[in-house]
Amino acid sequence: MSVFDLRLSELHNRLQNKELSVTELVEHSFRRIADTDEEIGAFLTLNEEGARRDATRLDEQLASGGERGLLFGLPAGIKDNIVTEGLRTTCGSKFLENHDPIYDAAVVSKLRSAQSVTIGKLNMDEFAMGGSNENSAYRAVRNPWDPERVPGGSSGGSAASVAAGQVYFSLGSDTGGSIRQPASYCGVVGLKPTYGLVSRFGLVAFASSLDQIGPITKNVEDSAFVLQAIAGHDDRDSTSANVSIPDYLSALTGDVNGLRIGVPKEYLGQGIAPQVKESVLEALKTFEKLGATWEEISLPHTEYAVATYYLLASSEASSNLARFDGVRYGVRANDPANLLDLYRRSRSEGFGPEVKRRIMLGTYALSSGYYDAYYKKAQQVRTLIKRDFDEAFGKYDLIVGPTAPTTAFKLGEQVGDPLTMYLNDILTIPVSLAGVPAISIPCGLAEGLPVGLQIIGKPFDEATVLRAAHAFESQTGFGSLRPALS
Amino acid sequence: MSITIKDVEHVANLARLDLSDAEKEQFAGQLSAILKYAEKLNELNTDGIEPTSHVLPLANVMRDDAVKPSWPIEKALRNAPEQEDDQFKVPAVLE
Repeated sequence: MSVFDLRLSELHNRLQNKELSVTELVEHSFRRIADTDEEIGAFLTLNEEGARRDATRLDEQLASGGERGLLFGLPAGIKDNIVTEGLRTTCGSKFLENHDPIYDAAVVSKLRSAQSVTIGKLNMDEFAMGGSNENSAYRAVRNPWDPERVPGGSSGGSAASVAAGQVYFSLGSDTGGSIRQPASYCGVVGLKPTYGLVSRFGLVAFASSLDQIGPITKNVEDSAFVLQAIAGHDDRDSTSANVSIPDYLSALTGDVNGLRIGVPKEYLGQGIAPQVKESVLEALKTFEKLGATWEEISLPHTEYAVATYYLLASSEASSNLARFDGVRYGVRANDPANLLDLYRRSRSEGFGPEVKRRIMLGTYALSSGYYDAYYKKAQQVRTLIKRDFDEAFGKYDLIVGPTAPTTAFKLGEQVGDPLTMYLNDILTIPVSLAGVPAISIPCGLAEGLPVGLQIIGKPFDEATVLRAAHAFESQTGFGSLRPALS
Repeated sequence: MSITIKDVEHVANLARLDLSDAEKEQFAGQLSAILKYAEKLNELNTDGIEPTSHVLPLANVMRDDAVKPSWPIEKALRNAPEQEDDQFKVPAVLE
């Protein structure tokens, strides 16, 4: 058993009793990375010097007593689209290969206050565009459960790193499923908070009406701890919600008696692998046993969500990525003939194929003559999708289904077919469009690969989502599934 | 909706991308397929449905008009591929 399998409270006891030091935890992390990451490829940049310096400082603090932060001493990995001052941040893109951020993202400052230790920056699909991590400009990440398979994406490094026991927890970002889907494929816990709960200041923008940062952890309790540390209003993000943050840990009561669960028939219908469906139905039996009730419901606009998402997210991306112009940071083409030539060649040299494809799609959808037919239409359908959720939450406390239609697929299997790749997100995208919170937790194995259960909550009701996820995990023990990675 | 090479060239120009002939060919096919899939949305009648730009009940978040320190020049220029006299350097805009 790895020291990272210890519960956070137990780890803190050992630190307190001097049975363990932060330096030992950090060295354990780097050793595990040295042993496994050549194969997995989760990390793009390691923060060896900085992490060791932080560990020494925290060990000194431990010796002198004093207040400890919520995540004291925990080795953490950070997705590489979250900026870290003085620590290279590439977004998985060649465009930012040598980018040295001049400030910390809000969540990075919050982790510093909570006293976790940043081990390094995690691999991802370029600019968070992808569902398999094969769109990283550096290398594909491999799934710790089966290196022939993808870890999911776009937070593939974040999920694989936690699954491989390289870090205690990680941060990811989720635009259409990019935390939940890789968590599902890698057998870990991934939480996408309500849109606006966590500040995006310092998150490189992909689709601003959807992007949200959240934790990837080994279990639900850790998820609650990390969420507690990173949630909260920030006036540097104008879409940050000004809501009071509850005590998420006290929500983990184990009691789900009387909870009303809606199960969308669209989430268990066509295209869902039989073993995934079976695991989810088993999970519902567990919830019944715990005193919750469930009924089949309908979210009738589910089938329109993927088309809606790709139009809206790509449109927003085409606008957000206009800032990569070769002037202020990143790639700059040699000997430009003029300013336009500088823009064109810098962007063409710096961006990979999926990023170009989405910029093209978004630019098309926003262009003169097509705006109403594509962009505005998609925004209207988004209203209908959101209403589906509003209506369901009038009657139910939670919505439950699979996170993804299948388990992890093989590397290279879907690379040539962007549309098929996009359909992997069919069960996470509607949730993102509605802006509501959802968690993916392991609910079993199918042919040796993890299956993810998605638990979706009302806006800003992460407490109920975490409570149900925790009760399920405690009842089933699926939270302790680990890959047999040597 | 079928996207022609000419459409691809027009959009690439708007997006400030230079595409190779192979890329143009590939994007014409892939974008046609994606937009054909997106036509699915036309099955829905959305007359009178308000568009959703984002889900929060927020509009025009304002801050106080207070003076705050800005980045020191050397920090702001830290990642500039080319700079001169404490400024970002660009090719001549006017001939």
